Amino acid sequence: MKLPLSDHEYGEHGAVLPPQNHATHDGADIDLAVRTGIYRKLQEMRQFESRAYDLFMRQLVKGTSHLSLGMEAIAAGFGAAMRSDDYTFATYRGHAHTLARGVPMTPVMAELLGRSNGLMSGKGGSMHLTSVEHGMMGSYAIIGAHLTIANGAAWSAQYRGTGQVAVCFFGDGTTNIGAFHEALNYAAVYRLPVVFVCENNLYMEYTAIADITAVQHPAADRASAYGLGSQVIDGNDADAVYLAASAAIERARAGEGPSLVEALTYRHGGHSRADPGKYRPEHEVAAWKAYDPIPLYRARLVRLGVEEAELDLIDKEVAGAVDLATEEAIAGDLPSPESAFTDVWADGGSSWRN
Amino acid sequence: MAQLTYRDAVARGIAQEMRRDERVVLIGEDVAGAGGVFKTTVGLLAEFGPKRVIDTPISEQAILGAAMGAAMTGLRPVAEIMFSDFFAVCWDIVVNEIAKTRYMTDGQVVLPLVIKTGNGGGLRFGAQHSQSIENWAMAVPGLKVVTPSTPEDVVGLMAAAVRSDDPVMFFEHKGLYSSKGEVPDGDIVDSLGTAKIRRPGTDATILALGMMVPRALAAADQLAGRGISAEVIDVRSLVPLDTATILSSLSRTGRLFTVEENPRLLGWGAEIASIAAEEGFWDLDGPIQRITTPHIPLPSADSLEDLVMPSADSVATTVEKALQS
Repeated sequence: MKLPLSDHEYGEHGAVLPPQNHATHDGADIDLAVRTGIYRKLQEMRQFESRAYDLFMRQLVKGTSHLSLGMEAIAAGFGAAMRSDDYTFATYRGHAHTLARGVPMTPVMAELLGRSNGLMSGKGGSMHLTSVEHGMMGSYAIIGAHLTIANGAAWSAQYRGTGQVAVCFFGDGTTNIGAFHEALNYAAVYRLPVVFVCENNLYMEYTAIADITAVQHPAADRASAYGLGSQVIDGNDADAVYLAASAAIERARAGEGPSLVEALTYRHGGHSRADPGKYRPEHEVAAWKAYDPIPLYRARLVRLGVEEAELDLIDKEVAGAVDLATEEAIAGDLPSPESAFTDVWADGGSSWRN
Repeated sequence: MAQLTYRDAVARGIAQEMRRDERVVLIGEDVAGAGGVFKTTVGLLAEFGPKRVIDTPISEQAILGAAMGAAMTGLRPVAEIMFSDFFAVCWDIVVNEIAKTRYMTDGQVVLPLVIKTGNGGGLRFGAQHSQSIENWAMAVPGLKVVTPSTPEDVVGLMAAAVRSDDPVMFFEHKGLYSSKGEVPDGDIVDSLGTAKIRRPGTDATILALGMMVPRALAAADQLAGRGISAEVIDVRSLVPLDTATILSSLSRTGRLFTVEENPRLLGWGAEIASIAAEEGFWDLDGPIQRITTPHIPLPSADSLEDLVMPSADSVATTVEKALQS
């Protein structure tokens, strides 16, 4: 019997390193307008979450929060490939996915701060960001559950004949829970218009996924068991993500059924704000930080002829928007005490007896 | 007016709603081709076709997740969990997702769905296929919980559940599937959150649910022969709870008994006893008494199962003794 951690010490596993070539997708057939849109989203996600981290340190954001710093290319690439009425299902690490659907920053920031102008008036918090009007159908904090729920939205779209597609994001750790396997089989059996996206950042919480998973690619290597193709993509290159997303979404929209995409990426920080991430080999962290999706994408746009000044302007506009969202969130009222008792039921209230 | 079995009433209730509203769909293990392992969905595939009546894999999380995702995007699904014991493998979807999402999203997400299930003992199925778990559901904010005891109520409460914009846990009692009752012709729509007085009486109030209702009624018959007039209330709905009917009955009879199939600790009657103690205390002429299955898993052997579940005899004896003391 080979036990985990029997052939290496905790935190001293072999490093998984990013690709070296930053120009692989320079020549991809993607409109420059789409690409500058992706760049803006990348900046929004990065600057928004950096601010959220600061506010956490100032104890304005309470509880916990799970940042996707370093992983933004997946949310931005998919966001750009989705139709406005498609459905997003995200995890508790869902800030970027929420912004990707066009949800304004102020209500998202205010939700993190527990204010009445929050996206859910302070009743959901960082881990449950939802904006139905933007197709952001929720952020789910129990591993695996939302894959099954995304199936339901896809089934509904199929039943109603709307052509909508559900896109469901989850982490590498999710691939070892039963709901993942139930959901993949279910989606395949009914050819549901759903795209499953594994954001493989190499670590569950504090344990390397490779140390406790029977196969190398935790999602892609399981796909064939459900008749799905095995796709591993560079999750730090927004163009690679956009191409894979467009293909999978198109396939789903055309009635050809589900897809599973495993996107390799890395989180710059720990699992949650309580975690300094010390279980990762230092040179691995350094290599991935050097393969940061945002400088990577900016350099590409410059190579493709976009003026630095245009990109600087985007950066500055986003910084202004983050500042404004921060101000508006901090200025927001605390939720009214009565609001704790609303919307348990469809009648708006919480009464369980007469 | 027709004589209908409880199991046929389930199918009739669902069919009534499926005819009315094409957003209503049915999923579950063996519900389509086989008509359900308890034959509660016979004829639905033939009438409504495979797009609306769908057999699923043995994947309870996938079933309930699909129902939830569909409900939040415009359908009104009815999902079956074959035996209520199986909720233990998909309780996450029920408790963490379905029950809480409306609240967490500040009302953005609406979840009009029904989860129907075969609940309860008396069929010698042993500890993993006999549980009464409606009290688990009662403990979770955000779930409506109903348990019909007659074929007419099955039809009417199913219709009310399907039309509700809240998630409803619909507990069918397996021990009642073959029971028969009169069901009026035409559409029947009942209302959630209402108890029914099945037998009026003046000396004691007996509350019962599901298969305990006919047993409580049989006990009341016995008690009548011994000069005790017992009022039997079919609680029907645990959430919302019709405390008005219960407390009003208590004010007239002065004594309160509950007949619960669940194991002792934290059965639904405990909550009602607590409410009665707080709000009906001055109406009470004696202690509230709960008649429950002991706090044990249900045994399989018929002699043992009969011994431990509340019976007409044990209910009658308990009530009679209490009133004599």
